[in-house]
Parts: sequence; C-alpha cells; structure tokens
Amino acid sequence: MNEIRKQFPILNQEVNGHPLVYLDSAATSQKPIQVLEVIKRYYDFDNSNVHRGVHTLGNRATDSYEGAREKIRKFINANSTKEIIYTRGTTTSINTVAFAYGRQNVEEGDEIVISYMEHHSNLIPWQQLAKEKKAVLKYFDLESDGTITLETVRNTITDKTKIVAITMASNVLGTINPIKEIAAIAHEHGAIIVVDAAQAAPHMPIDVQDLNVDFLGFSGHKMCGPTGIGVLYGKEKLLEEMEPIEFGGEMIDFVDLYDSTWKELPWKFEGGTPNIAGAIGLGAAIDFLTEIGIENIANHEHELVEYALNEMEKIGGISIYGPRDPKQRCGLITFNLEGVHPHDLATVLDMNGIAIRAGHHCAQPLMKWLTCTATARASFYMYNTKEDIDRLVEGLRGAKEYFNDVF
Amino acid sequence: MSFNNLDQLYRSVIMDHYKKPRNKGSLDEGSVTIDMNNPTCGDRIHLTLNIKNGIVEDAKFDGEGCSISMSSASMMTEAIKGKNIDDALKYAEVFSQMMLGEEVDEDIIDELGDVAALQGVSKFPARIKCATLAWKAMEKGVQNESK
Repeated sequence: MNEIRKQFPILNQEVNGHPLVYLDSAATSQKPIQVLEVIKRYYDFDNSNVHRGVHTLGNRATDSYEGAREKIRKFINANSTKEIIYTRGTTTSINTVAFAYGRQNVEEGDEIVISYMEHHSNLIPWQQLAKEKKAVLKYFDLESDGTITLETVRNTITDKTKIVAITMASNVLGTINPIKEIAAIAHEHGAIIVVDAAQAAPHMPIDVQDLNVDFLGFSGHKMCGPTGIGVLYGKEKLLEEMEPIEFGGEMIDFVDLYDSTWKELPWKFEGGTPNIAGAIGLGAAIDFLTEIGIENIANHEHELVEYALNEMEKIGGISIYGPRDPKQRCGLITFNLEGVHPHDLATVLDMNGIAIRAGHHCAQPLMKWLTCTATARASFYMYNTKEDIDRLVEGLRGAKEYFNDVF
Repeated sequence: MSFNNLDQLYRSVIMDHYKKPRNKGSLDEGSVTIDMNNPTCGDRIHLTLNIKNGIVEDAKFDGEGCSISMSSASMMTEAIKGKNIDDALKYAEVFSQMMLGEEVDEDIIDELGDVAALQGVSKFPARIKCATLAWKAMEKGVQNESK
C-alpha cells in the first residue's frame, strides 16, 4: 500500500496544517508519477500531430496515440480498435450516442428508458433527444435501498423502447447495476443499451463482449488519467451505420466542393486534432491499473467500504444512502450527519485536511428521490487506507460535537 | 482535530440565526417573490418582499441550505425591514464588497447589525456563494420592483 501511495506525489502534502486525506476520487482521481511522466515525455520528445506527418515525430506520436487505443480495447475486451472512439469524457461519449445514434433511430412515440440514479451526463442528453423527437422518457423505479430489480426492468422496457441508458455504478448510491441482465432484457425487446461506466471503469473489470452492451462510455480522469480524454465504446455494426456529429479535419476521406466522405472507424468520429497527450496519458493509466490488477483494486475498495460503513455507523446520527451490502456497491459512501449541513461538514473536514464532496453530485432527480437537497460523499481509491477512514470518522465526530454542543 | 480556524467562520451569532431563523416563511400578500438557487450546491431560497412607497415593509424567506446561506438570509431580512429600497440596494453592494474582503464603511456595517458576523466568510472562498445567495435574491427583487 505504501508503495502505491508513493506513486502519487500529490498525496504527500499538508492541507490546512494536516496531512491530506483525499476522499473525492469519484469526482476525479489523483494521477501517479508514471502517467505524469509519460505525458511529459510525449511533450518533451514526441509532440507532433497525428495521422498526417511523414516525419519521424509524427510517426512516434501516431504510434503512441494508436497504441493507447489498443490498450483501451484490451482493458474492456472490445472486439476491435474500430470500436474505441476517443472523446472528451463520458458526457461527450453519451451525447455522441444520443445525437448520432438517437437522432437516426428514435421516432415520435418511441421510449427511452433511464433510471433515477443517473448522473446529469446520462440524463440530460436523453431529455433533449426525447423533446426533439417527441419520444417518451421513462424511469426505472428504485427500491428503498437504491437498487433496481430485474422485475422492474422487465416491467418498464416494452417493444416501444428503443434505448435503455443506465449507469454501471452510481456516483451517489454506489449501487452496482446488473448490466448484463438488463442488456439481455433490452435486446429481447429490440432496444439497445447505453452504459455510463464513469464510476465503473476505474474500479471494476469490464468485458463489453460478455456484458453484450451496445455502447459504453467512461472518462480518463477518474481512472488515474488526465482530464479531457474519455472513451466511447460502440459495437462496430452500430457505429458503421451512424453519421458523425462533428465535422472538419481528421475525420474526412475525400473532400469535394459540395460533398465529402468520411474516414473509416474509429476516426470518422474524431474530428479535429485530438487530445493526443490525453490519450497517451490514459494509455499509461491503464498500464498502471493493469499492473496493480483491477480485481485487487475492487477488493481493496470493498474492504475500505465495509470498514467505513461499520465505523461510521458507530458515530450515531448518520444516515447512509444506498445498498448495505458492501459487495453490491462501489467504493463510495454518501451520507448525512444529523444537525450538520453537508457544506458545513465539508468545510470542517477541509480545515482538518480531509477532502470530501458535498452537494447534489450532479444527480438532482436522485436527490429528490432521496428527499434531500444535498448530501456528503466520501469516495475511495487504491491509494486510500484504513487510517484515512479513521481520520474521516474522527472528523465526523468532531463536527458533530462542534455543531451540536458548541453552539 | 482543530477548530480554531473554524471559529472565524462559525460565530455563535451565525449559528443562532441558523438554528432560530428570523422572518422564516412566506408573505401572503408579498408584492415581490423571488426564487433563486445555487446550482452548484443545491442551496435554494424563496424570498417574499412587501414593498410599499419605496419602503421594504416586510420580508420573509424560506429555503434550504447550509448554516451560512440560511443565517445570511435571516440576517438580511432583519437588516432591510423598514429600510427604503436605495438603502437595501446599498446594503447588498456593501455585503458583496465584504465577501470579497474589501474595506467597507464601518458606519454601514453598524447599520447592518448581526450581518457583520459574516465577515469571516471571505476567508473561505468556497463558501462565499452560500452567503451571497439571499442578498442576490433581494437585489433582484428590489430592482424588479423599482423598475
């Protein structure tokens, strides 16, 4: 564990006079030295535009950029690198599906099914598409523990459903959804499934062929990579049938005065000079995750969640949202401490060097379902320790005392 | 655990307004209604003002948020009640300067009463938006009314 922490120089600092405890990896993860060095090396030695140079630097940049695509393909077990499209992040990935696939395939009266636990990035593109096409937006109901049952899934998806869009792991509840089973039900009705894997890709193994999902998006910055780079996986057949939504350089084959043709996959969806350093950095992040082992990361987080749930419950006055079984959730805990608003709690913890998230977590419909306007969230990654959780618990006890007894 | 720095932010007068908010609720015949929220954190305020002949005769607020946003709303309604709209707008401006950590007129600070306790918020940049929400709502309401 100490060896892993050493790879993250940012963790070795004091914040407000206390050693930093970073518990906000669900918002963005920290970056290991390996990733930072690969990006620096690219700019120091190889920086050049991709896919056009005859010169050596151009070849090196292209090889690294396309090499990273192969690493991503392997990481999620896609069939071909044609199915791996670089994007700015999960939001762009989902918007691409909504407006490239959705516009071509959704008609008036068709249904789009999502859930109450979606992040705004997997909600608003579908709201917009539904409005544009006069389609019906439907929601999977949640159980009281923040899970979705397959019975609900079967009762909600109909033959009118064209798209099912759902998160693999909730950024608020921590719930891990049964994607493989939901995909099978969607397919029985002729619908496609779009998966938001922003909270899943950094923390658990993903095999897109085994899950049999049609589209899946994730972000580099939550998995030890840089910001501004993400991935859209799509089945080759579906991507072939889709028109691009961004037009310009990089994505064209032949350009005439009044008409043009597109490059083949995946480049037809990558208009403009891409985020080359970002892609290479994401490749390095995947090497780093693979070296540690994504299963090992998942197990470590399950242990931390189990420990944290037990310790936090001892404090008293804590409401914890989402499934109680640590195996059913990813490495985050959303909660409220009685008598202390989450913003106040976040400030108190910050003054003690502990970084957590407070607010609506970009999931306002879910906040309504939870009947609260804001919550606090502690999220974990491979570099967090039980000592971090002890510091959090100590901070929570202190905050409770400070607000309830001092005033 | 250390709380010394926090005492600059959480003064007992702030916590008093948070736990026992003044002018909480909604005016039935409020001449002006303003709803405002802070989209980044979910704080929201519903403010009703009864303005007659250029005077804020009554003010009430409702809403949800942290101790800073709700105590600031409570203090704001106390500060503007019975004042004319020019004073109310001046207070909003002074409050905004106070949050930016700028020097402000001591006499006006005195007029603002408990509001002075919020001066420490300027040292917590992430919390300034919490404190200014109610004042921005009031400013909008008064400006709409005086148009």
